[in-house]
Amino acid sequence: MTASTETPLLEIEGLCISYFTRAGEIPAVIDFSLTLQGGESVGLVGESGCGKSTVAMAIMQYMGRNGAISAGSIRFKGRELSALGRNELRQLRGAEVAMIYQEPMAALNPSLTIGAQLTEVPIVHEGISRSAAKTRALEMLSSVRLPDPERLLAAYPHQISGGQQQRAVIAMALLGKPSLLLLDEPTTALDVTVEASIVKLIADISREFGTALLYISHNMGLILETCERVCVMYSGEAVEIGDIEDVFRHPSHPYTQGLFGCIPLPSCDKNARPLVPIRGQLPLPHERPQGCFFGPRCDSFREGLCDQDLIPMAASERTRHLVRCVRWRDLPSERRVGKARPKTPAQIGEEVLRAEGLQKYYPVHDRSLSALIRGQAVRYVKANEALSLRAQASETVAIVGESGCGKSTFAKVLMGLETATGGELVFAGDDISSRPVKKRSQKQLGSLQIVFQNPNDTLNPSHTVGAQIGRVIRKFGVERKPGKVRDRVYDLLDTVKLPRDFYKRRPRQLSGGQKQRIGIARAFAGNPKMVVADEPISALDVSVAAAVTELLMDIQQDHGTTLLFISHDLSVVHYLADRVVVMYLGRVMERGTTAEVFAPPYHPYTEALLSAVPIADPDIQKREIVLEGIVPSALNPPKGCCFATRCPRKIGPICDEEPPPFREAAPKHVISCHIPLGEDKRFPTPC
Amino acid sequence: MIIFIVRRLGIMALTMVVVSVTLFLLLEFTPGNVATKVLGPYSSEEQRTLWLEAHGYFEPLWVRYFSWLGNFVTGDFGESVRFKVPVAEVLWPRLWNTVVLGFWVFAVMIPLSLLLGVLAGMREGSALDRSISITSIITTSIPEFASAVFLAAIFVFWLGLLPGTSTMTGGFDWWQLVLPVMVLVIYDFGYVARMTRASMAEVMTTPYIRTAILKGLPYRHVIMRHALRNALIAPFTVIMLQINWLLSGVIVVEFFFAYKGFGALLLEASLNQDIYLIEACAMVAVFVAAATQTLADVGYTYLNPRIRFS
Amino acid sequence: MTDLVDALDTRGMVSSAVRAVSFFKLLRESWVGMIGTGIIGFWVVIALLAPLIAPFDPNTPLQPFAKPLTEYVNGDGIFWLGTDHLGRDILSRVIWGSRTVLFYAPLATASAYFVGILMGLAAGYYRGRVDEFLSFLANVILSFPVLVLYILVITTIGSSGINIVIAITFASAPGIMRIVRGLVLDLRNRDYVAAAQTRGESSWYIMLVEILPNARGPLIVDTCLRLGYVVITIGVLGFLGLGLPPPAPDWGGMINEARSIALAFPHMTVIPCIAISSLVLGFNLLADGLREISLRD
Repeated sequence: MTASTETPLLEIEGLCISYFTRAGEIPAVIDFSLTLQGGESVGLVGESGCGKSTVAMAIMQYMGRNGAISAGSIRFKGRELSALGRNELRQLRGAEVAMIYQEPMAALNPSLTIGAQLTEVPIVHEGISRSAAKTRALEMLSSVRLPDPERLLAAYPHQISGGQQQRAVIAMALLGKPSLLLLDEPTTALDVTVEASIVKLIADISREFGTALLYISHNMGLILETCERVCVMYSGEAVEIGDIEDVFRHPSHPYTQGLFGCIPLPSCDKNARPLVPIRGQLPLPHERPQGCFFGPRCDSFREGLCDQDLIPMAASERTRHLVRCVRWRDLPSERRVGKARPKTPAQIGEEVLRAEGLQKYYPVHDRSLSALIRGQAVRYVKANEALSLRAQASETVAIVGESGCGKSTFAKVLMGLETATGGELVFAGDDISSRPVKKRSQKQLGSLQIVFQNPNDTLNPSHTVGAQIGRVIRKFGVERKPGKVRDRVYDLLDTVKLPRDFYKRRPRQLSGGQKQRIGIARAFAGNPKMVVADEPISALDVSVAAAVTELLMDIQQDHGTTLLFISHDLSVVHYLADRVVVMYLGRVMERGTTAEVFAPPYHPYTEALLSAVPIADPDIQKREIVLEGIVPSALNPPKGCCFATRCPRKIGPICDEEPPPFREAAPKHVISCHIPLGEDKRFPTPC
Repeated sequence: MIIFIVRRLGIMALTMVVVSVTLFLLLEFTPGNVATKVLGPYSSEEQRTLWLEAHGYFEPLWVRYFSWLGNFVTGDFGESVRFKVPVAEVLWPRLWNTVVLGFWVFAVMIPLSLLLGVLAGMREGSALDRSISITSIITTSIPEFASAVFLAAIFVFWLGLLPGTSTMTGGFDWWQLVLPVMVLVIYDFGYVARMTRASMAEVMTTPYIRTAILKGLPYRHVIMRHALRNALIAPFTVIMLQINWLLSGVIVVEFFFAYKGFGALLLEASLNQDIYLIEACAMVAVFVAAATQTLADVGYTYLNPRIRFS
Repeated sequence: MTDLVDALDTRGMVSSAVRAVSFFKLLRESWVGMIGTGIIGFWVVIALLAPLIAPFDPNTPLQPFAKPLTEYVNGDGIFWLGTDHLGRDILSRVIWGSRTVLFYAPLATASAYFVGILMGLAAGYYRGRVDEFLSFLANVILSFPVLVLYILVITTIGSSGINIVIAITFASAPGIMRIVRGLVLDLRNRDYVAAAQTRGESSWYIMLVEILPNARGPLIVDTCLRLGYVVITIGVLGFLGLGLPPPAPDWGGMINEARSIALAFPHMTVIPCIAISSLVLGFNLLADGLREISLRD
């Protein structure tokens, strides 16, 4: 099936794409060249705004009204794509080249059944009958390993889970028997265990069907798991292209090196080998510097050399390894490693927070007829159940789990935005579990603050930065006089390493990372005892996230604050937490120090999570544990162990019937599982 | 779904009750007023007392309300002061005339506005889109009475093509219906067209339309099968709610063209303080409006599978 | 009440939020919006200069049934747009009539917004019972065909300028409430609102300072549309004989008075109709321009 080696499947040469806006022409992709052989898989990696999705859309010849290819060529099986007529293009799309998208829910038409959307592909492209198309769709749904394909064909997109939706989209793409599959961040919207299963499926499929892949992602680890070659993009340019082994072991472009320095790999350590953020920020398309676009952020920048002409791709002695840097031969080809933190870690102090058997139920009113008859009009979502944890001064405690595990609910109860249904929550000596925010004293409010996830949502777009931080300072009675308040705001801006003239700026003038820094400044304005960080970096790009992570830890150390870090990202948690709580479906599965949780004996869920996390290090061998099935509804959790429905290590009916005991593997290292600790099957440490 | 419909009907019934109480209190709170309105300002005190006695107006307020409501539900609306006949005798024929008018307005407006809206929204920002949008802004800026004046000036005064009044005294006449329908269509179609355009334009930018195009489906197929189905959910609601607007419009148009319809009747009743006729007209108007609102809600839920199956 | 005082004590935050939005700077990029602004500006100037530019007194009967461009027989001047059945100069009445409409329309709109915003904020922020009650109330009022409501209210409380304002407030506030409520339901879930809650801000502070300024975009567009609609409403009420009592120069009233003889003397009705339609068009074009701009950024 693979195309002959003489004509490559896809040949992109000197591709330039621009968007034409009111502000003029904005180049989105500049001088991009890439060749793909049949059956080959290439990763396209870079941070947001680097132009990677634009390349994919150009291959599809779909750039919207204001986008256009301004130079270069894209040839597919030797045919120039921009020369194709409307009908030829239509025959190419979906049949020769198919695409898989980031948001499966949005990519599917909400008012057509999955079946209707699947069958129309072969009906349109091959002109086969409706019943033949249905047979094909059923086969394809089985080959993307969707259970019960008959039922799925009749379902509407919103009736199935995110992972199932993405499988359906993959099936839809494969139904046209394409020779090239474009994947645009196909797992970014999914939970990590679902991501792992989708990634495995994609890898299997490209082998099985001999389809070439262009895999677009911001995640280096995913590229390592799925691709043979990788192309790193920065600000519209490809800066480094090569085989996975070459690029991951010998990154040669300073940006690639910097990128690796920003990823919290298992080999990193927050004190001995911290992350090395890339300074500065991505230039806006119309503010790109002369010469090397990465120049202003590069430590190896040489005036007069790097800021002259556009820099071409240069080949190295290694086969097929290209780098866009004039100085790369002078620089070592290796990852950047951070220097040890100068300060000694603060001493862990007295207990600040204690949760004991905390419960939070949300009533759900079911208004369907059958529920009324059965007398189940009100049911409860058990968002938190028997949640226990402790946090001490200067300590970082991480709560980790996938979406819907109840970690954000816990944050809300802690902040007083919700009140607990039961249990104890003691903060600084007072039980605050049923005290809503309005009933808390000013001191309690000031000493417990929060950093939010979404940088675009965390600041009020109508007010200046200074006014927003100033309000907090006055509200918590830190300062009252206008002059003093202003000075205090300036101090805080210094602390989060932002210039003082940000005082007068409005949020829309700031980048995501800057907004997040302001959010941190606001949280620390009242000198809090404890700060809750609810996924503070998950919406940020890798290099920005690294900088914000480091900043957060610096401030925490300086202030001796307790940090409750809520995250879905095990790598980050491993990197910065002192203690970890793993949650699933509102319950604690495992808790202990970071070292204990990330090493055997594991809870089966922790083990699966660890194996699912993609790691951008070719030296690490992971064991493959793919969780099947979907997360049960919190309305109707399993009677026994809530993880039993998906557990690969289920030992018998006891798992379904009895809630598991809390077993102490070590003092304060608790695992909630029926498997006796001694029998835990161990495997080589993945992290 | 059944529960939902029952709930909607319950809300509608509650609305009607609240409206009836309000109307009753507004118009019949003080019996003396009622007597003056019914018997006229020159009636004697004695006549009024006798009349009030005979019609049970010395009962407590709530007893009066319930007997009024009871009569109302059974179709006994009382007697019109102005026409000196039972209200029902004037009301139903007039309402029928308005239904005829409304039917033709909708028969012209719905296809016209949906077609223009879909065409405009299909290619947002194109010349066609701009001209349809501007046209609909202009037509919605001309109130019914103004376009009635303009059209009458053109077709009646200047060209002499159409009759200037629609009294239908000599039996039903198609020509007399043309101007009223035109006026209402001109004012209403722009709004529906703009809503359809907005809905269509929004759908055209969604990722699932991109998916459909990148699946290699023919453009016609993308529009007919993927876009229209989603884009026409919102205009459906708008059209149903447009009936409420039409009830306002017909008052103006019927008044202007002296068309013997429900709107003109309501206005006449109000201006002449014809108390029982006002009550009946207002209740009928609110009933129609509330019923279409309920129908719009139920229909919207039915058309949208995301709600229907959740 | 202390809540409200605290909310109003915002130390410069409100001023920075409500600070004149640079719409006119943006408007330059939308010709539709520019034309709308031009039309509205034209009528505002006419209204302001009415005593200076009106050739005759608007209420003095001079020469009945004069066609446009007729000369005044008993004195100086020309009836550029003719006179009405009582002999009053139509041009002067249209000029003075712009004062009436440009006084009552913004007043009624502002009053409706005041009530509608407070109701919408309360319904959207508190949700639950408060929301159910206010939404039901709004639904009851909105279930009346709007003109039926006006007719009922005006015939009950009598027709006068202030009663028109009351009727329009009563009929429009529920619609505004629904829009505000929808915006608040969305905005109240933003993290900056949670941040304000976690620092113990009062409900009214959050509604007025954290939420309302961020709802201003859609509300400004809606205000323009509603101004146009209120102009129509005032015209319709005048046309139906429920507007300002005569002889006040009121565009709708002019049409009503000349209605019976309109087929013989179209200029008496056509001219005020053009006046009303152009002003409404101005507001609608401005609204469209603003909407287009707000979608762009």
